Amino acid sequence: MSNTDDTKQVAVDDRDRVPNASETGGPIILFFMIGFVLSLVVGWVVFPKLLYSQKKQPIDFNHVQHMELVDEGCESCHFFREDGSFSGAPTLAQCIDCHEEVQGDTPNEIKFVEAYVQKDREVPWLVYSKQPQCVYFSHVAHVKMGNMDCVTCHGHIGESTELPIYEQNRISLYSRNIWGKNIGGFKKNTWDRMKMDDCAECHVREGVRQASVQTGKGGCFVCHK
Amino acid sequence: MKHSGNFGKPKRYGMVIDLDKCTGCGACMVACMAENNVPFKEDESKKLDSISWLQVYRLTNGKPYPDAEVCYLPRPCQHCAGKHEGHSPCVSVCPATATDYDQQTGIVSQIYTRCFGCRYCMGACPYHARHFNWWDPVWPKGMEKYLNPDVSARMRGIVEKCNFCFQRYQKATEKAHAEGRRDLEENEYQTACTQACPAGAIIFGDLNNPKHAVHQIAKPNLKKGGQPQNPKAFRLLEELETNTKVYYLSSKQWVQDAIHKPHLLDQKEAHH
Repeated sequence: MSNTDDTKQVAVDDRDRVPNASETGGPIILFFMIGFVLSLVVGWVVFPKLLYSQKKQPIDFNHVQHMELVDEGCESCHFFREDGSFSGAPTLAQCIDCHEEVQGDTPNEIKFVEAYVQKDREVPWLVYSKQPQCVYFSHVAHVKMGNMDCVTCHGHIGESTELPIYEQNRISLYSRNIWGKNIGGFKKNTWDRMKMDDCAECHVREGVRQASVQTGKGGCFVCHK
Repeated sequence: MKHSGNFGKPKRYGMVIDLDKCTGCGACMVACMAENNVPFKEDESKKLDSISWLQVYRLTNGKPYPDAEVCYLPRPCQHCAGKHEGHSPCVSVCPATATDYDQQTGIVSQIYTRCFGCRYCMGACPYHARHFNWWDPVWPKGMEKYLNPDVSARMRGIVEKCNFCFQRYQKATEKAHAEGRRDLEENEYQTACTQACPAGAIIFGDLNNPKHAVHQIAKPNLKKGGQPQNPKAFRLLEELETNTKVYYLSSKQWVQDAIHKPHLLDQKEAHH
């Protein structure tokens, strides 16, 4: 008997609480809205800043100034070797032809000659486009056989007067140029991103060895090793 | 294949191994491990743990002394094409798209970063050509400097296997591209084991190309799943219709019998 009384009492209490809950609904929704906006800000603004460390190149290099002095454009310094391999960032041996002595009076030039040329140390350039170890990339296949220009993948770096900040992913340790500047992975230009999908996009369009049995697209060993 | 474009006629890279010439010295196994950064263990005799892309097996005719004969059989990945080009046992079971068949080269590839170690492919492979990394590789101090930079190192928990030294194909192709060519000469792309064999027992090349030695020796009948037309030549487990690209030569009847009728072989002698 007393049990049924208790349950009735509880039911009445519940009915009393219902109007109270709808009155406090406003502040709760506002609280969640603020939380939602905050989490978006954290995700899109704060997180990318935390995720990437920023590094300056050891020497600030002026591409424009050098492009005026050389005859063959990018290939004057970033050249192909006889076996088809690509030289990448120039070594000291190439710079030393002109930079054995300090030229001009910019602090970068003085630093370069004193810290690297005179001590015969290679400049530890940070390579923006360095890919993971499992990636195979052949410059000669793209430049000589595919007739592509450097800008398509590297952007207008040759028209810059100073080197951009090198941003490194603190978790994967890869350069931000691989994932792309946009944290959401959106891209406008071909050089904005250097992920597998970006390689595959062009390979599918151009029909580059679409010989994979598994995917019907490019064989894995075209770009992997 | 949807596009073959200007990338030339499809190749079928394969091997012919002359068992009459093989002395079982193991130079091919050593060359393979050095070329492909294959990790070795302190105790290489633990066969569940050790990894060898190329394994040399020892066969005997099981007869007592005056008639006893031995034959060594090197076994790389057989790069099966299956009933139709690309229906390899391992490729058809891989749920991760980590192993793939390239119709342009006929090579079964393995992408280590893609593999998650389910080992279905190891179960599917009839040749025991695939190995699992139970541990991260540990190199003796200083030896990491001797690793091949053209081959990515593997980690614990993934499967690896012979890929016909594909990095050498990539290097040779780069050189050909620099010279404005698409196709490779026969001698430009050779595997490490082929070059290391002191007896010249291993021959490597394009089975589709009548100018290549492998084609001339094995004489594969492309209408009959690549079956060899050379009476001395045979393939392992031909009855499974795996259509492998590794052909063996032997002039000895007991060796051919051992391959085709393995149940006649004394089991304890078969494995080495």
